[in-house]
Amino acid sequence: MLPAVLAARHPEPDLPQVAQAIRPAERSLLRFITCGSVDDGKSTLLGRLLWETGAVYEDQAEALARDSARFGTDGKNRDYALLVDGLSAEREQGITIDVAYRYFATPRRAFIAADTPGHEQYTRNMATGASTADVAILLVDARKGVLPQTRRHSSIVSLVGVKDIIVAINKMDLVGFDEAVFRRIEAEYRALAEQLGFRSIHVLPLVARDGDTLTRRSGRMPWYAGPTLLDLIETLEPVLPTDGRFFLPVQWVNRPDADFRGFSGTIASGQIRVGDPVTILPQGRASRIAEILTPEGTRSAAKAGEAVTVTLADETDVVRGDVITLGHRPGHTTGTLTARLLVLGERRLAPGDRMLIKLGCATVPARFEALAHELSVEDLSPRPAGHLAMNGIGKVVLRPEAPLFALPYEECRTLGSFLLIDPITHATLAMGVIDTVSGPSREASTRPGKPAPAVLPRFWPKSRVERTRLAVTTLAFALAGFLLTGTLAGALALAALDAIGRPLLHALQDRFWPAGERPASAPVPEPGLDGGGI
Amino acid sequence: MHQTSHLRRLEAEAIFIFREVFATCDRPVLLYSIGKDSAVLLHLALKAFAPGRLPFPVLHVDTGWKFREMIAFRDETARRLGLDLIVHTNPEGLAAGIGPLTHGSAVHTDVMKTQALKQALDKHGFDAAFGGARRDEEKSRAKERIFSLRTPDHRWDPRSQRPEPWLLFNTRKAQGESFRVFPLSNWTEADVWDYIALESIPVVPLYFAKPRPVVQRNGALIMRDDDRLTLLPGEAPEMRMIRFRTLGCYPLTGAVESRADTLEAVLAEMRESRVSERQGRVIDHDSTSSMEKKKQEGYF
Repeated sequence: MLPAVLAARHPEPDLPQVAQAIRPAERSLLRFITCGSVDDGKSTLLGRLLWETGAVYEDQAEALARDSARFGTDGKNRDYALLVDGLSAEREQGITIDVAYRYFATPRRAFIAADTPGHEQYTRNMATGASTADVAILLVDARKGVLPQTRRHSSIVSLVGVKDIIVAINKMDLVGFDEAVFRRIEAEYRALAEQLGFRSIHVLPLVARDGDTLTRRSGRMPWYAGPTLLDLIETLEPVLPTDGRFFLPVQWVNRPDADFRGFSGTIASGQIRVGDPVTILPQGRASRIAEILTPEGTRSAAKAGEAVTVTLADETDVVRGDVITLGHRPGHTTGTLTARLLVLGERRLAPGDRMLIKLGCATVPARFEALAHELSVEDLSPRPAGHLAMNGIGKVVLRPEAPLFALPYEECRTLGSFLLIDPITHATLAMGVIDTVSGPSREASTRPGKPAPAVLPRFWPKSRVERTRLAVTTLAFALAGFLLTGTLAGALALAALDAIGRPLLHALQDRFWPAGERPASAPVPEPGLDGGGI
Repeated sequence: MHQTSHLRRLEAEAIFIFREVFATCDRPVLLYSIGKDSAVLLHLALKAFAPGRLPFPVLHVDTGWKFREMIAFRDETARRLGLDLIVHTNPEGLAAGIGPLTHGSAVHTDVMKTQALKQALDKHGFDAAFGGARRDEEKSRAKERIFSLRTPDHRWDPRSQRPEPWLLFNTRKAQGESFRVFPLSNWTEADVWDYIALESIPVVPLYFAKPRPVVQRNGALIMRDDDRLTLLPGEAPEMRMIRFRTLGCYPLTGAVESRADTLEAVLAEMRESRVSERQGRVIDHDSTSSMEKKKQEGYF
């Protein structure tokens, strides 16, 4: 038998015909993201996948043949990377580096591939692309092994909750198809990924350029008996939210005439049937499902992912941003959220900042209350920080300033992810995933009497120490006023001046000198973990 | 549990996008170009707002050079569905007699499509316009957002485009700014046809093969839809069995020879087709990255 290195390269495949037995109504969908730097062969892998699944048309193939001869890096052979080279063209022109989406299908599945550049400064693009991905394909150059970049990409896809990861160890031809090299990299990767919470990790040896282990097993690596890349993406089952508790964020109140009042939205998780008892959150009003309209007509049941319109048995006040859930439960609104934030915009974010939070279909004002720590993009390890800059990731506490129903991301992707928006420029500032949600109860119980209006939360000091300090200083001002003027009126006037003026000064200080930019007077406490949701 | 088919997932995504715009923008409009993508777009919009009627108007920017069958189909569709149809033609372009044959495709497209679209959007104060563009149509569209923010003069600034993680859209905008919104972003040409078949959506008969009068010009088969297509020396229209994969202004749209005269036959032909649909569009070949340039100028 010939040594593997001498075995023939796969011949250049002809432009394949698209498989005939397509039953589109039964084909499922998988979204994936490819990560890795340009040099790892990411574009080649994606281009060759498009080619072999018949997504490349003849005129595009002719263009590829021309381009390969002119710019190709593989001699006379086709350079599959040129099929998806839009991003490199952008890079040369120095304009926005972005997420590009590619589409192809096999008889079993349709695929949407998010193609993102791999450099550190494009973390936000990777996170955007990964946020909708069911699977991440992470490329590793067999000659280089696990790099800091491998770790970084793994961290980002883990942050946005990708559960299945495929590690494609590429360019195996350049290490003589050596199984030992493959096993060493595999072991190293599995060790680094241990903390990242993936459900499955598949490691494959590839030569993307020649198609080895891409859509068929390679004669050059007989020691590898596992699935090909295409096998995996055709069969990995995405995590579906149909099993969770039923939540329907109300997107729009559908009221075409006086006789019909429906609540439209896309079911975030779970399933619902006509007649089921429901509660409208955050208020907590109860009702019952009367009708379910789906794109396929009136149905007796519906499940996660479907864009439905439901009607309720009672005349209930429901507005956009409310959430309909299954069963009778008390009202619930959010006191604070602890979340991991990734800064998308150019504006630096610091505690004290006010912005809008868009979560599900609700948009409410929110306050950036505390920055627990910044998370290193390399491995998500914490380090102290006063603010977050573009591409920075941080563990933060946010306080919505209007009723809002939220859930941890692990429990519900739709109600556990959000955007932060600048209320003045309307720019998107950050994306975030919620780790824990705390109700307002504990906060309210520490407040004397009626809770302060939400718009003035800073005016009443939160800790007992601060309140005592306020009382003592106000008394001191009153005493000084009495001593200076000798009258009770003078004492009251000076105390009142202090009582009104100090919060005003605090507010002004917050406005023009956000907390994150000035030295913290006390360490920010680790946010309490008092269980998520309801 | 059985997975939802990819067509139903694409359908749900598009409906979500329609509702999100209608719930957050003041005055949306659906840009209707009469073709197959528009047919699907309109069908999805009707589903998004059922059981009510379509709660916003439908705008057709008429260059004056559409196939006659397209116009007939448009008017029939508007009547059948009870649409609030607005037809706009650039009056200055019309007065100046701008056309693709006399002024070339670049000038014609700019005046009669790009400028006309801006006029219509400004005239009616629309702040969000739905379009049927798909990311698979052309390389430069692969990175186009679903919500494309436009300046008050309709320009597309690559730097101000917003990230769209999850299906979470920031729909806030300043006075005068507007959105172009593409609910079919994640659809492919095959998805559009499969969905037309699945939902029995009516489309313009020009998509089905029939003997039609054509001339060979610059390597394309151009249908002589009326006598404004003056014949060049040596040209003689001949009847050929043809159909169209995309529809636009008739002198700028190449036909393909085909025997596919039913939807089933078109689907079968599609699966075997090895040529991309935009090859029949003269407009894309004007210059490299021409779509990119047109987009920055405000073309869809």
